[in-house]
Order: sequence, then C-alpha cells, then structure tokens
Amino acid sequence: MSDYQYDNQTVKGFILSSIFWGVVGIVIGLWISIQMWAPSWNVPPFFTFGRMRVVHTNGLAFGFGVGAIFGIFYYITMRLTKRPLVFPGLARFHLYLFNAAIALAAISLFAGMNQSLEYAELEWPLDIVVVILWVMFAVNIFGTIMKRREEQMYISLWYIIATVIAVAVLYIVNNLAVPAGLFKSYSLFAGINSANVQWWYGHNAVGFIFTTPILAMFYYFLPKSTGLPIFSHRLSIIAFWSLVFAYLWTGAHHLVYTPLPDWIQTLAIAFSLFLIAPSWGSVVNGYYTVAPDWSRMRTHYLTKFFILGITFYGLQTVQGPTQAIRVVSQLIHFTDWVPGHVHMGTMGWVTMTAAASIYYIIPKIYNTEIYSVKVANTHFYLVLIGQLMFSITMWITGIQQGALWKAVNPDGTLKYTFMEGLAKNYPYWHMRTLSGIIFTLGMLFFIYNVFMTMRRGSIPALSRKGGVR
Amino acid sequence: MASDIYRKPIMFALVSAVVILVGTFVTMFIPMMTPQMHPRLENLMPYTPLQLAGRDIYQREGCNNCHTQTVRPLRTEVMRYGEYSKAGEFAYDYPFLWGSKRTGPDLARIGKKYPDAWHERHFENPREFYPESNMPSYGWLKMHALDPASVRSHMDALAFPYTQDEISALQGRTEMDAIVAYMQVVGTAVTKKAGGDVKPRVSAPEVRNPLAGDPAATAAGKELYGENCSVCHGASGEGDIGPSLVDGMFLYVEGDLEDEDYFEMIYNGSEEGNVEAGRVMQGGMPAFGEELSKDEIWSIIAFIRTLQGK
Repeated sequence: MSDYQYDNQTVKGFILSSIFWGVVGIVIGLWISIQMWAPSWNVPPFFTFGRMRVVHTNGLAFGFGVGAIFGIFYYITMRLTKRPLVFPGLARFHLYLFNAAIALAAISLFAGMNQSLEYAELEWPLDIVVVILWVMFAVNIFGTIMKRREEQMYISLWYIIATVIAVAVLYIVNNLAVPAGLFKSYSLFAGINSANVQWWYGHNAVGFIFTTPILAMFYYFLPKSTGLPIFSHRLSIIAFWSLVFAYLWTGAHHLVYTPLPDWIQTLAIAFSLFLIAPSWGSVVNGYYTVAPDWSRMRTHYLTKFFILGITFYGLQTVQGPTQAIRVVSQLIHFTDWVPGHVHMGTMGWVTMTAAASIYYIIPKIYNTEIYSVKVANTHFYLVLIGQLMFSITMWITGIQQGALWKAVNPDGTLKYTFMEGLAKNYPYWHMRTLSGIIFTLGMLFFIYNVFMTMRRGSIPALSRKGGVR
Repeated sequence: MASDIYRKPIMFALVSAVVILVGTFVTMFIPMMTPQMHPRLENLMPYTPLQLAGRDIYQREGCNNCHTQTVRPLRTEVMRYGEYSKAGEFAYDYPFLWGSKRTGPDLARIGKKYPDAWHERHFENPREFYPESNMPSYGWLKMHALDPASVRSHMDALAFPYTQDEISALQGRTEMDAIVAYMQVVGTAVTKKAGGDVKPRVSAPEVRNPLAGDPAATAAGKELYGENCSVCHGASGEGDIGPSLVDGMFLYVEGDLEDEDYFEMIYNGSEEGNVEAGRVMQGGMPAFGEELSKDEIWSIIAFIRTLQGK
C-alpha cells in the first residue's frame, strides 16, 4: 500500500519539475518576444535570440511537456492497470535523471551546442541521456501494463503505448550523427535528405509529444472529472488507428516549394488533409461526452478546460492541414503566422489540458480539494485571453508579411524592401509580448493554486481506500 | 478476434508499431535509398576549413532560427533573392540549414552579393545599415580566435578534403573571418555554374541618361541614393565599403564610364571577378533592378553626376 504513496511522490515530483521548467521556458519566451522588437535585449554571447529561442522551445517541449507527460502517464497507468508501478525505484531515479538532463540541456543550448535540427537541437551526449530516460520510462510503463490487474486496456493506454514507440523511433533516427568532439557532431544525413528526415521528425515530435499524450490525458481525465463516460468507444478506436497511421506521412508539408521531390510533398499534403478526420473524431467524441449535460461547462470548473482544450485541438487540426496546401503555404510559410499556429496548440490545447489534469491529480494524491475554484477560473480566462490575443495577432501579421513580400508595383518591381516589411511587424510584436504577459499571469494563478492545494493537503500514508484513488 | 488486441499489450504494441511506421517507410526510408535524394551539382565544392568554421558558428548562434536558406520557385521570391534553390546545392550540408522562419531575409543567395567589409560592418552593427533592423550585433565574434585543431577535427569528421596550409592559415583568424567566409560561399554553386549570372542581364534602354540634369529627378535621386547607396559609397560618393564615385577611378581603372554602364551596374549588380565594361570587379555589389524602377535608377545616376560636379 505504501507503494502507491511512493509512486505518488514520483508523480508529484514530475509535476512540480514540469511546472518549474514551464516557468523557465515561459520567462525565456517573454524575453525573446522582447528581443524581437528591442535588439538591445540580446546579451551576447549566451543570451541572444538565436540561442535563447531553442532554450524556449526545448524547455517547454521537453522540460514542461515531457515532464508532465512522464508524471501524468505514471499516474494514469497505475489507475488503468489497478496496480503500483512495477519498478518504483526506477521511476524515482527517472525523475532525478530527467531534471539533471533538462538542466544540462538548457546550459548546453545557452553555450551554443546546437545540432540545428528543430526540436532536436541537443548534442549527441545529451541525446544518449534522452534515449536512456525514454527506455527507463518505457520499461516501467510496459512492465506495469504487462502485470496489470485489469484485463481490458482503456483508450488512454493505447495512446501511451503509441507515444512510447513513436517517440523512440523518431528521436533516435533524427539524431543519428557523427561526433566531432564531445560538444559537436554532424548529422548523418545531408542536403534534401536531411531536410526530409528532420521534418519527418519535427512534425511527428509535435504529433507524439503534443497530440497523442495529450489525447491520453483527455480520454482519461474528461470522464473522470465529469463523471460522464466517453460517448463512443467505436469512434475512439477508429480515431486512434487512423491518427497513428496517417501522422507519419505528413512531415514534408513543412517543405512545400523546397527542392524536396514533389511527390513527397504532395503525399504529405494529401495525408495532412486526411488527418482532419481522426483529429475531429476525438473532438466530436469529447463534445458528445459532455453533451448530455452542457451545464457542467458552467458548474464544474475542469470541464471548460477540457472542452476549450479539445476545441483548440480541433481548430489546430483544421488550420494545420490548411497550411499544408500549396496555395496557402506560399503565402504564410516562413511568416509569423506559423508561431501563431504553434502557440494555439501549445498554449491552448496542450497547456490547458495538462493544467486541468494536474488540477485533477494534485488534490487526489494530497487527499484534499482544490484550493480555489475562483483562482482556477481566473487562471482559465487569463490564459484563454492571452493565447487568443497571441495567435490572432500573429495570424494578422503573418498574412501581412506574406502579402508585402509578394506585392509588386505596376512596373513589375517589388513594392517593399525586406526591411519595409519587417518594420511593419513591430506593433504586432509589441502586442505579442503583451499577450505573453497576460498568459504568464494566468499561469502564475495556476501555480499558486497548485501550491496552496498542496499546502492544504498532505500525502496520506494510505492513499487508497478500497483501490487506487 | 480483433478486439483481443486491447487485452494483449505486446500484440497491441507490435501492430501499432507497424501501423505507425508504414508512412515512414514510404516517405522517408525508401526515398533515402534512392539516388533521387542525394543529388549534387557538378561544381559544388565541399566547404574549406575556414568556411566550415563559419558554418559551425552559424549553427552555434542559431542563425537558422531567423534566416532561411531556400528560395522557393515563386516569382516575387526569385525577384527578391535570386535563382530558386536546386536540390543539388546542399549535398555537403550536414545537416541542411533551410530554417523555417524569415524574421530576417533569406540567405540562400547571399554569397558574393556584398563585399566582405559589408558583412563585417553589418555583423558588428546591423542598425548602421538598416536603422529598423532587429538583428543582434555580432561584433564580439572578432574577439574570438579560431582553433585550428578543432576545425581540423571537424573537417575529419565530415571527411572533407583540406591541406595542412589551409589549417595553418586559420591561426590568427577570428570567428568573424570565418562566418564572413561562410556567408560568401552560400548558394554560389548555382551562379558559378552559369558562368556569372543565372538571370539574363538587362541592358540599359538608353546610352545617355534621359533624366540628366532634371532638377526633380536629381532631388529624387539624392533621396534614393541616401537610402540605397550611401552606406557603401559614402554620403558624398567619397567611398567606404564600396569604391569612391568621385575620384575619377572606376572599377579600379582611371577613366569614367558611360551612363549606360552605371545603369547596368545598379540594375544587375555584380560579383567579385566578373568583368564589367572591360574592368574586373574586386568585390560584390547587390542588384537593385527588382526594387528600383528604371526612372529611379536614372534619377540616382543624375544625382551621382552632380556629386561628380558634372
């Protein structure tokens, strides 16, 4: 029985670590958003935009995102298998190694050790540590599932298994490199082939870190927190298999109009459009789950986190495929539209769903209630407003940039120099910093709420009464 | 029974691995095994030690977070940056550095567009050239010396050819020298191939400047000169990064050029080593033909003539 207590502390450790790295990542995000309009905020050599942007993306994807995934997956897996983790000591070591790795990752990126592969910037020694971390995680998850005390595997476990497999393959292949010293390596792949491998990875890292794990949380915590069963099991089966099948065909939509062979681009665009169906399979399933009682949006604070989260997922998965189409890509690719798109997914879908899951977990393992629903609601509206302002601002400036780059005079000359186009971004970039501050304020309310909940409760010696809580 | 799979985790993991990886095989693994994915332009050369050291700095500083290195085959993009990117240009790029965002301009055709001195000054203070630029300053690269031994080990890791002399020559060179050398080689395999220019050169429509002496044109030319030319040729044409326009020397040879030669130089730009009006270029000058109208170019020439007292 004390096993659960031990495992709960590991879960808590991951959640708090994830929040810590989330704060670091968000603060750096604010800083680099200021660098966009105030170049004096670049402090060479360590704190220039080129180095800090990768600390922002890696800090939030791996520190916040993967940290939360590790903790929440351990929590979900124990509940869905009705048993503690098979290797609790390994999970605890996993937690320590994870934090050491993220700290070293941040330092190495500030120092400029960078493979120049988006979301795979870490140099080879840290890549090895990441693989070790992932294997430790996989061993515990699979081991626990193998020894489960519940025959049927629930939907969330499917997504967890898919995540563990896909991320392992993606990460290892894209990071294959020839070392040239301890802090430098060169990719095994060159030229257009390296572009194809990188975006196969880059797109699917998004798929299997920001989509499938978050769906695992969504499918578990939405029914748990609302008490309403998932609307259609059959729909979730169809959505799962078609999603994981189609995802890995689509990476080349990041390379539209590049010298990559056209057929790979076209295939990627076609599968991107197809992906709308399985994505919306989950969206519809979520909506119909709450449909019997929409008043919960008003009366139960977590419901609106999950429903707004899945709504942003739905918008994201329509916008993404739209961007893949050539006629749209040629206008908005390389512009600020793209960060607008990404941040709707990360600030809207991922952060909202993960925060709601944490709101559910923390009172459970502390055997108490949430500290304040009012604070949670304030958190909700601030992150919602911050994220909407951010994304909408970036979409507008992105379209403007794309249009200015394409504008020609009647005599056929280009209407705007690059610099004229850039200068018109400044008001929007100011606006983005403001949106980021609002979003950060919301996250501070979240952190306050989590800490106050922890202070109020205590991890009891017996954290299960007739089963796992 | 199909539904059994949800009770058998190993079976489930195997089936989902296969389902997940089909797309990987078709779009990534199979193409990788074909020559289609490994093209190389005939005259593409591996990086020299100095250029590779520069490319390492480009990677280290995360330049690819704000600059792309691929020109899409779109009309305005080719006008702005130059010939669209070819598959065979990147064979020695481990990995590619195409980037995904243009906070700054594309750099796929930056090689030889400007003289070295332009790059150094621009790296030191981008706002000297473009007051509204948001690029960080990189003057500090001048204070960092290259380490020949580490550059050599990087060349070895890539199996790029080099001579001992090239490595020795790195002694005393700075990171600034290296990144400028890298800038000057990016995207040059394509232009070299066509023997100078990919785009057909535009000839001046007139031999004599039709706007010569026109006061309105001269005034407009003065403004355009200030925006486009003075940063390299000096506010009064006295020369700086680029040569003087008022000392009677043109392209390093005594003797003025015709209006049409001025026009063609401004419209088409040129690169080091090209022969213009029978004289050999010693540095690059960017083309302005896609940004300035013909009348604007004639106006600038009219203004330059006033600087020369003509």
